[in-house]
Amino acid sequence: MNRDLSLLIGILVSLLALLLIWIFYTTLAADPGPRLAPLALEQLPNSGVSHPVTAVLLNYRAYDTLLELAVLLAAILGIWSLGPAPSGFQPAGPALTVLANWIVPLAIITGGYLLWVGGHAPGGAFQAGALLGSAGVILRLAGHERAGLPNEAAQRWLVVAGVGLFLLVGLLLAVFGAGFLTYPKASAKWLILLIETAATIAIGSTLAAAYVGGRPPLAQSTSAASKDLGA
Amino acid sequence: MSLLLFVFDSILLLTLLGLATAAVLSPEPRNAVMLFIAFGLWLSLVWARLGAPDVALAEAAIGAGIGGALMLAAARRSARRDNRRDNRRDNRRDNRRDVSCQDAQ
Repeated sequence: MNRDLSLLIGILVSLLALLLIWIFYTTLAADPGPRLAPLALEQLPNSGVSHPVTAVLLNYRAYDTLLELAVLLAAILGIWSLGPAPSGFQPAGPALTVLANWIVPLAIITGGYLLWVGGHAPGGAFQAGALLGSAGVILRLAGHERAGLPNEAAQRWLVVAGVGLFLLVGLLLAVFGAGFLTYPKASAKWLILLIETAATIAIGSTLAAAYVGGRPPLAQSTSAASKDLGA
Repeated sequence: MSLLLFVFDSILLLTLLGLATAAVLSPEPRNAVMLFIAFGLWLSLVWARLGAPDVALAEAAIGAGIGGALMLAAARRSARRDNRRDNRRDNRRDNRRDVSCQDAQ
């Protein structure tokens, strides 16, 4: 039964791979004429940033990025609904503690740099958020039960910050501006930076909370209670 | 120079395919995840070689780093659960054996 199931999954995955290869081949062979890259580069001065990838992600296709953040939010809601988090690791030894003390601040500073540099060079909210998240992973491995995150109520605010601020800006622009997520040229740079900052914080705390792997542990959990939750 | 680049690209691609195959065929989840992390880091090299540093950064940070950490944690938890189930089954079998021993007596 189990073997038949894995065989079936294998066949379905191979069929999917064949379909994808076929689509790739036909699009390359058919060559649908001019691509979107020249258009994107032409509109770059109006986008508020000077890096084309960030312009596509946060301006031309901001809707896609909003939905990506919503996917992350849905994922963390799913993880939290699985039940309480397992108890954390025991406090780290001296070597790992010193390493964490060095790496975590460095990761946070590098994350901030990647966020800022995303406007004119490779970088951006997802990479910066991943660095913040990895700082949380290191803290959790070094024995911090909540991966450096605040209590549960504050975590909920952090996790919805990205989608929330993105939607708020979009709706305000839809009511008072040119349309949903159509930034006015003068303030585009600052709106993008605002959205990216909120997205970075949300992505970082979502990834760290995902690594904790369950509903946030209570602050004043006794060791017996946490052993109970971990079982 | 272009020959050198061709050799470099071939090594890059062959190693990528090898890592992918090894990760898929590995029976042990822990080993599969480690191979997958190596695959992600290697893939970020390929993206950099293709001139897409944004994708390379995202692949290394999210695909290999955070994804790998999440999957390692999941593999550890599922292994622990399997162990517990095996222990329970062993215990039950031991109990039954005890009962049958008592019957014999």
